[in-house]
Amino acid sequence: MFIINCPYCGEREQSEFKAGGEAHIDRPKQPTELSDDQWAEYLFMRKNIKGIQFERWVHTHGCRKWFNVVRDTSNDNIKAVYKMGEKPPINNDKEFKS
Amino acid sequence: MTKNLRVKTSKFIDETYKVSFKFNGTTYYGYKGDTLASALLANDIHLVGRSFKYHRPRGIMTAGSEEPNAIVQLHNNTSRTEPNVRATEIEIYEGLEASSQNCWPSVNFDIAGINNFLSPVLPAGFYYKTFMWPASFWEKYEYFIRKSAGLGKSPTEPDPDIYEHKYIHSDVLVVGAGISGVIAAKTAAKNGFKTLLVDEKSYIGGSTIYQNSENFKINNQISSSWLEKEINEIKKFETLEIKTRTSVAAFHGYNFLLARENLTDHLPLDQRKNKTRHRLLKIRAKKVIMATGSLERPLIFDNNDRPGIMLSSAIEKYANLFGVACGEKNVLFTNNDSAYEAAISLYKKGINIEAIIDNREQIDSKLIKETEKNNIKIYKGYTVVNTTGYKRISKISIMQLSKDGQKVVGSKISIACDCLGISGGWTPAVHLFTQSGGKLKFRDEDQVFIPDIYPSDQISIGSCNGDFTLDEILTDISNKLKSFLNIKKTDYENLEVQSSFNKSKRNIWLLPSDKVIGKTKPFVDYQNDATAKDIKLALREGFRSIEHVKRYTTTGMGTDQGKLGNMHALGIISETAGSKMGELGTTTFRPPYTPLAFGTIVGRNVGEYFDIFRRTPIHDWHVKNKAEFENVGQWKRAWYYPKDDENMHEAVQRESKAARDSAGILDASTLGKIDIQGTDASEFLNRVYTNAWSKLAIGKCRYGLMLNEDGMVYDDGVTTRLDENHYIMTTTTGGAATVLGKLEDYLQTEWPELDVYLTSVTDHYATVSVCGPNSKKIVSQVIPDLDFSDESFPHMSFKNAKIGKINCRVMRISFTGEHSYEINIQANYGKSVWEKCMEIGKEFNITPYGTETMHLLRAEKGFIIVGQDTDATMTPIDLQMDWIVSKKKYDFIGKRSLYRSDTIREDRKQLVGLLTENPNEVLEEGAQIVTDIEKSPIEMLGHVTSSYYSPNLKKSIALGVVKGGKNMIGRKLIIPMENKQINVIVSDPVFLDKENKRLNA
Ligand SMILES: [Zn+2]
Repeated sequence: MFIINCPYCGEREQSEFKAGGEAHIDRPKQPTELSDDQWAEYLFMRKNIKGIQFERWVHTHGCRKWFNVVRDTSNDNIKAVYKMGEKPPINNDKEFKS
Repeated sequence: MTKNLRVKTSKFIDETYKVSFKFNGTTYYGYKGDTLASALLANDIHLVGRSFKYHRPRGIMTAGSEEPNAIVQLHNNTSRTEPNVRATEIEIYEGLEASSQNCWPSVNFDIAGINNFLSPVLPAGFYYKTFMWPASFWEKYEYFIRKSAGLGKSPTEPDPDIYEHKYIHSDVLVVGAGISGVIAAKTAAKNGFKTLLVDEKSYIGGSTIYQNSENFKINNQISSSWLEKEINEIKKFETLEIKTRTSVAAFHGYNFLLARENLTDHLPLDQRKNKTRHRLLKIRAKKVIMATGSLERPLIFDNNDRPGIMLSSAIEKYANLFGVACGEKNVLFTNNDSAYEAAISLYKKGINIEAIIDNREQIDSKLIKETEKNNIKIYKGYTVVNTTGYKRISKISIMQLSKDGQKVVGSKISIACDCLGISGGWTPAVHLFTQSGGKLKFRDEDQVFIPDIYPSDQISIGSCNGDFTLDEILTDISNKLKSFLNIKKTDYENLEVQSSFNKSKRNIWLLPSDKVIGKTKPFVDYQNDATAKDIKLALREGFRSIEHVKRYTTTGMGTDQGKLGNMHALGIISETAGSKMGELGTTTFRPPYTPLAFGTIVGRNVGEYFDIFRRTPIHDWHVKNKAEFENVGQWKRAWYYPKDDENMHEAVQRESKAARDSAGILDASTLGKIDIQGTDASEFLNRVYTNAWSKLAIGKCRYGLMLNEDGMVYDDGVTTRLDENHYIMTTTTGGAATVLGKLEDYLQTEWPELDVYLTSVTDHYATVSVCGPNSKKIVSQVIPDLDFSDESFPHMSFKNAKIGKINCRVMRISFTGEHSYEINIQANYGKSVWEKCMEIGKEFNITPYGTETMHLLRAEKGFIIVGQDTDATMTPIDLQMDWIVSKKKYDFIGKRSLYRSDTIREDRKQLVGLLTENPNEVLEEGAQIVTDIEKSPIEMLGHVTSSYYSPNLKKSIALGVVKGGKNMIGRKLIIPMENKQINVIVSDPVFLDKENKRLNA
């Protein structure tokens, strides 16, 4: 059980949150213009990385806000949290390696 | 007559407080402070159980939680019975009753002991191989194996004890209260950290507290006296909480630990009433100091499992802490100096030691010299090759080891003994450390795994960190604590430590024998009866991964998780396979460190507190009127209201008929209600529902279907436009929370530009639904001021109204196909509105109906239930609901998926009606639908989703999903049942009032 630093409420237990899958996948603005393959790419294809992963989380039993989390899935260490619409504070794995 | 082996008084035992207890039906005595094991040993009882597979007699091996053999059942055949209790941990109390496990009919005569002689046919992988043999074999032996192979019996009555959970937030958690833990806790507490110190034992001080030798001194005091003073001091700190009898079960990420605090297991049964038995502590610590100590290793040689063979450190502990001699003729067998420490202790207590067998040839340390001075014979460079004695060791045979330690040479020497202490060196207790994600490294010089990479803010100190000797522990501890706690100084900067321990060790994982490996029984895992031979066999059969060998041989898979023998298993694998220990890795240690009772895990969440349930504001009325309830999500919903002796079918038939003939009333308060406001509310609904919403007039209601982005039906319900920028959405009862979550997700992440506010108001309103041809007559009397004319208040419209002074919303909407009204009113008025409807409806035979009748009525009308007629693979087109999918809207959730190549297939499963050839035959929900039962394999077309006998149509009706069903209207299909086949005709899913005459009547 890890601790997540909600950008709106502060540090809370993981059990107050729900995970919402990979972050930074925008819903296409014009779905009707996409081919089946392009739509399937948006709909189904998600990364499942061992290592640094950008994820969406929601503070279900708290402020109910969605936000982004950068988590190392190999040890659950959370490297950063940031609000929806904000750019990730770090762009790739290498910046996390210490 | 049993002997009394109590040797000398011990200050840890209260000899003025005699305690009687029963073991296998016989009454014995011990003293307050004894464990069951120490009390049995004082009565000269070693034989306590039988081994799991071969049913070999087994005795007490250890003095702690790592015990593999002495596992007992407490209070058999009572509600408090508990299996798998370690005799070495349970403290005795007046009235304790314990019995051996794994033996039938008794520990002294065990029928399955014959397995021991059958052992050539019970090799590694026996259970796996058995399961793969012909089924007939298994049936034959199942009874025998079940009876003889269980690990204890689970209770059959409800647990009478109370358990609870508690959260603790500490600055520093110290796990283990040996000398390292006490020093760490004192340092942390003294520096103002809120500190928690836990230890699984009933006392603190670890093994140092009963150390009585002049060979180990701190600041010129015997180490135990020095530690005693420290302990007296730490008890004064307000910043420190000490919990004994508290074992940490799990160490998770982010320094989250679970510990079980044992509060009553040491008390007589009559003193436990109304007390909490165990408390599960959920500890979140900023910093964790692991001081979990180390476990002594056994030695692996032929027949190393007989009762009377124990760890040498255990013999020492029984003598020093409990004042008990484990035997009268003791022999020690060692590869390091620890056994000499034990020998000196025993000698001091007046316990006879016949001899010490030492693997090492050239040895010369202060401890050894002192031992020799006491006239104890030492065989240097020897090993034990065999032992004798069935229920108790009586003799050992020893031989000289070759220079390389690979074989034995010379002639055999026999030594009579009744207790053999073995010492194979020490293994750091790193189980919890690795659970937390810590990485180990292998230290070649003494063949141990020690902590290397810490995953969180924690350190390991003392022997769990591989610092085994007193001087090693104390030299470093001050600096370690200073840097870990970020403090300037400690009380332990310049300790004067005197420690005579010499670290030399001759590590041989599997000791050689004069016999070949196949003929010997060197046990590696005592509890699961895995021998070195089994491990070698597994390697011969091609297993290489340590995890695979573990599962195949079951090494380390007992309730003790192989705490004693895992290292030897690794050693034997690496030697046999020719790989290096460090590269082999270790098996995974999993929580809990020691077994937890289910009660502890569940805590107070039992009985009516097992799960949350929600009641409607009208619940009490349903109870009073004898409703049966069903669970829908977390809700308790009235299911049906049986009258007199009615069964469910009869009640539902009556309710269904009454609702269509005159009037029915339903508590619909559980439907999810979401209040939607904002200037973009209409646009928002356009995007989340399949149909168009912009043109819905104020005061009108509309049914909506919500899809997932994959085009599959997700939820449905009626939404009402209350005002220009104000809607109230209803959802299914079970879907309310997830629908709100999904809408919030889209609003926050995809369409943050929309001005929309969502509020869950499910609990704020009670909903009373009155339906039937007489519904208007009833509702118009409940709300006399409102115009109920069809012109003013047609189907699918809404009006604000007042009942007395109380505002309410009335919707003319229907889920039954009947003319009906829903009154939504502030929740606390729900029951009185319901009662008023009942009172006014009396002359119209108003009949309360539950969810079952609701389901039947809507099925007559062909209305779907999301989750019953759909299963996340159904599109609106599959449901024949094309009419609700807007062609004009540019986009809505799921739209693009409705014309993927897969969703436009003609042969998808589609919702149809099913009518049985025999109108009295009611189908089973879930039954398969086929065309041709002769064909092999039979083509599965679909299944029945809803099925009822309709009292209004006087025939059986059903809904089902059938491949390409849309184009099968009128076709005959077959429903094969166990003893018959039922013929059905595919029909339109709407069975009643296709023209909606009743709705608009
Ligand atoms: Zn929050």
